Amino acid sequence: MSAGRFSRWFDRKGWAGLIIGAPYVWLLVFFFLPFLIVLSISLSTNTPTAPPFSFGGEHPVINPSAYVRILTDSLYVRAFLTSLFNAGVAALLCLLVGYPMALGLTRVSTTWRNVFLMLVILPFWTSFLLRVYAWMGLMGKNSWFNGLLTDAWNILVPMDWAVKSVPMMHSNFAVVLVMVYTYLPFMILPLYASLERLDPVLDEAAMDLGSRPAQVFRDVTLPQSVPGIIAGGMLVFIPAAGELVIPTLVGNASQPMIGRLISDEFGQARDWPMASAIAVALLVLMVVPTMLYSHFQAKAEGSK
Amino acid sequence: MKRRSTFLMTVLGFGFAFLYIPILSMIVFSFNSSRLATVWGGFSTKWYASLFSNQKVIDALLLSLKIALVSSTIATILGTMAGIALARFTKFRGRVVFSGLVTAPLIMPEVITGISSLIFFIMLADWVGWPGARGFTTITLAHITFSMVFVSTIVNARMVQSDRAIEEAAMDLGSKPWQVLFDITLPVISPAILSGWLLAFTISLDDVVITSFTTGPGSTTLPLLIWSKVKLGVTPDINALATLMVLTVGAGVVAAGVIMFRAERRRLADERLAYRNND
Repeated sequence: MSAGRFSRWFDRKGWAGLIIGAPYVWLLVFFFLPFLIVLSISLSTNTPTAPPFSFGGEHPVINPSAYVRILTDSLYVRAFLTSLFNAGVAALLCLLVGYPMALGLTRVSTTWRNVFLMLVILPFWTSFLLRVYAWMGLMGKNSWFNGLLTDAWNILVPMDWAVKSVPMMHSNFAVVLVMVYTYLPFMILPLYASLERLDPVLDEAAMDLGSRPAQVFRDVTLPQSVPGIIAGGMLVFIPAAGELVIPTLVGNASQPMIGRLISDEFGQARDWPMASAIAVALLVLMVVPTMLYSHFQAKAEGSK
Repeated sequence: MKRRSTFLMTVLGFGFAFLYIPILSMIVFSFNSSRLATVWGGFSTKWYASLFSNQKVIDALLLSLKIALVSSTIATILGTMAGIALARFTKFRGRVVFSGLVTAPLIMPEVITGISSLIFFIMLADWVGWPGARGFTTITLAHITFSMVFVSTIVNARMVQSDRAIEEAAMDLGSKPWQVLFDITLPVISPAILSGWLLAFTISLDDVVITSFTTGPGSTTLPLLIWSKVKLGVTPDINALATLMVLTVGAGVVAAGVIMFRAERRRLADERLAYRNND
């Protein structure tokens, strides 16, 4: 009775194999294998063939020249530094804005808290592209927002420095501003999650023992929210460093970020080995902070 | 200490202003009659009219919805399997690799996922002659891959919280493992599966970067259409389109939030009632 044998096998092992196997194989084929291909192409030689790379020929089979160029060519070094700088500043500003917001969220009544949380999450569900676009409307030369800033600037500074409009678009400032705007919910939510768990009794105890509010914050609240700060920082920093949409729309084309460079090397220059090598290098840069993060998280879980 | 400090409430107010003023400004200017998208020239709904008569926009929207529907459904099936596998099967060969594979796409910068998917599809077509032309199929495959890990994260979180005792009781009473799965586990985690599907649907509908790499000639999704237009600057019809999208999604999220909030309250009330009846 093969049907019976099959169903017995299925009950014992087959169903588990199916549940594990299907997503496993899918991710191996459509996620891991593509990455292996990129990794191997990054070590090949760019040729005017289709597809535009080859192994061997007059070059060594494994050709590290793309990686050498990343480290020595100032275009790539600058792009990496610009990306890390922009993402770092964006993460820091998100923290400075998001922390008091998250703390404020824990201090309002439950009803308002649900409303406010919804308001924090809502932009996250609406189109990312359109949120970037909304700022293009605000930052442009003729917009009411730019006009407001221009007037404020012209009132505050001497006549000689007066401007017709504030040059915001196509600058690193615009990139960072829009990054802070689009990624702020990623910072607020983990911060809120870790601040919400804190026991207000600890605050009161510290107050009773004579601490001033600033001291309570520094000695009680802040140290306990470190996991939230790290989680939020990673969630902002990692996508920001590899960002493609924001720098393309509001950034300065002469100061490209890594994402833009990968896309240009691949599409316009048709240099697949170079594009692949930059991608691999970016990934390595992302892996280090991620490992730090999971290390911290494992430590936090362990101490619980 | 005052629990509601003025400072915190002020920052909260400014924070929400920061989050919403750009969107509100975009909505207001979608009703601007002037062709200059950022200078007010009087009230008009003509950009909405031109939007609805634009066949390109409608085609792009339909393609986006088709891709989102197919990819989020398959991603939900695969992601739920992965979430269950991670939560329930603590020991199997390759578990470490598997959990790595399930987390990696979450933190992978989109550009890298996009470019590696594109290179993979080109090489695959080179080696086995499939997929022939890039478009619906390749975009959908790429969307399934990066959205299934969001589903598995949500399902896994729910599985870890859920009580295994019920499943074990059913096993003890003679249910077969897959019966337990369909009769108990899946109904228990169904809210997580639903929110996973919703998330997969929205991120597929919204994706620009990965889609722009995996698309081919003739397959323009709505985000790609918007992307190609906004690269040239701010235009009033995009303001109108953005307004419609923001309001649709906003209404959907608020409705879903209210329904979930009510369901949660009912569940809590039921639990209280059950405890009281037990006493």
